[in-house]
Amino acid sequence: MDASWMYMYMPIAGVEIFWPGLVLIGYSVGVIGGFFGMGGAWMVTPGLNILGFPMAFAIGTDIAHIAGKSMVSTMRHSKFGNVDYKLGVVMLVGTMVGIECGAQIIMYLERLGTVGSVVRWVYVVFLALIAAMVFYDYHKATQKKKKGIVDGDKGTEGVTWYKTFHKINIPPMIHFKAAGFTCSVWLPIMVSYVTGVLAGFLGIGGGLLRMPALVYLIGCPTHIAVGTDLFEVMISGLYGAFTYTLKGRIELIAVFVMLTGAAIGAQIGTVATKYAKGYGIRVAFGCAVLACMVSIILKQFKYGTSAAVVILGAITIICIYIMAIMFKGAANELREKKLAEQASLTI
Amino acid sequence: MKSLVWRISSFLLMAYLLIPTGAWAAGGPASMLVVVADTRRVSLAVEKYFSNLYNTNILLFAVWAVVLTAAWGCILGVVMDFIMARTGLDLKSRKIVEH
Repeated sequence: MDASWMYMYMPIAGVEIFWPGLVLIGYSVGVIGGFFGMGGAWMVTPGLNILGFPMAFAIGTDIAHIAGKSMVSTMRHSKFGNVDYKLGVVMLVGTMVGIECGAQIIMYLERLGTVGSVVRWVYVVFLALIAAMVFYDYHKATQKKKKGIVDGDKGTEGVTWYKTFHKINIPPMIHFKAAGFTCSVWLPIMVSYVTGVLAGFLGIGGGLLRMPALVYLIGCPTHIAVGTDLFEVMISGLYGAFTYTLKGRIELIAVFVMLTGAAIGAQIGTVATKYAKGYGIRVAFGCAVLACMVSIILKQFKYGTSAAVVILGAITIICIYIMAIMFKGAANELREKKLAEQASLTI
Repeated sequence: MKSLVWRISSFLLMAYLLIPTGAWAAGGPASMLVVVADTRRVSLAVEKYFSNLYNTNILLFAVWAVVLTAAWGCILGVVMDFIMARTGLDLKSRKIVEH
């Protein structure tokens, strides 16, 4: 059987690519990104590389696809009321300045000649800290729930560091309506600045760092953190797409093919947040962070193939988990709706 | 029955781990970069235009890349919104429950 129709020629990268693979990668990352509120560059790049893209093209193509995918997810999250645009714009200021400062640190380290190894280990440390924080938070929340302690109308929360940060009274104070809290404007600016510095330093989009920072340091409910972070990823992704294209490292055809899969996946991931509790999202996020950390450690010790396998394995498992949440929740909702309609007819 | 399920899942796990490894090994070195778009193998007029643009005016190509990515994202978002609205699910409200 002739399978040549399943391969698409990419004129810029100069390679023949198995396009259903592109759709599948786009779909999976759409599901995961829509659910966690991150771009997911760490998942896409090895996948593209396996399909045959040279690494430099994989990164540029990935960033452009993330921008488009985040746009689809942000539109959906926005309808749910999960995007706090005011918070997103305020944080954008800190993120932009921070990324630039992080990039300057990298250039300084490059001059010293120690950049590669330092960046990877710093990344590993931060991922380990995030994962530890997420699981500690879950453990603490479970303990509190067992004791019957409830924090407000959103249910039990484990780590509530943001309450201390909200006490900072440096003017101007600002109210974020969708996120539902008031704080000093300097809090989101400083937090986004720090996560921006780290993102610039590590050469990543920053969703992996910003999402937990929004939850634990700024005090966003998990769902709002996911939506607002995607809004930021969308803006920074478009900027990243522009700069990478200027460097000639993008394959536009692949971006469009991946985006088509991602648009479907993003709907599933985003709607799944409706049926998931905040801690369901946080714990799954912690697992994704752990997978990312393991893959980086493997890469550091030159086990590139194993690293890719770990990432692909994590993508598959998390994707199935999210799809199960979405389809189960949607089926329940439709069933309840039908029952309610039948009940109103009998009355 | 239980052992059959166990065997099948073991096989699937093995295949899952080995197939990407094989694909990776068959992929060849990733450092062979093509810095000029090869327009000889492109037949579609639009593709040819963008491949030529990549070779001749990278700034305009970058602007196009951002605009088209954003536009395609918007179009897909609207189309998916239209489709999702027909599923009967309530896509405008949700409860925030943390635990």
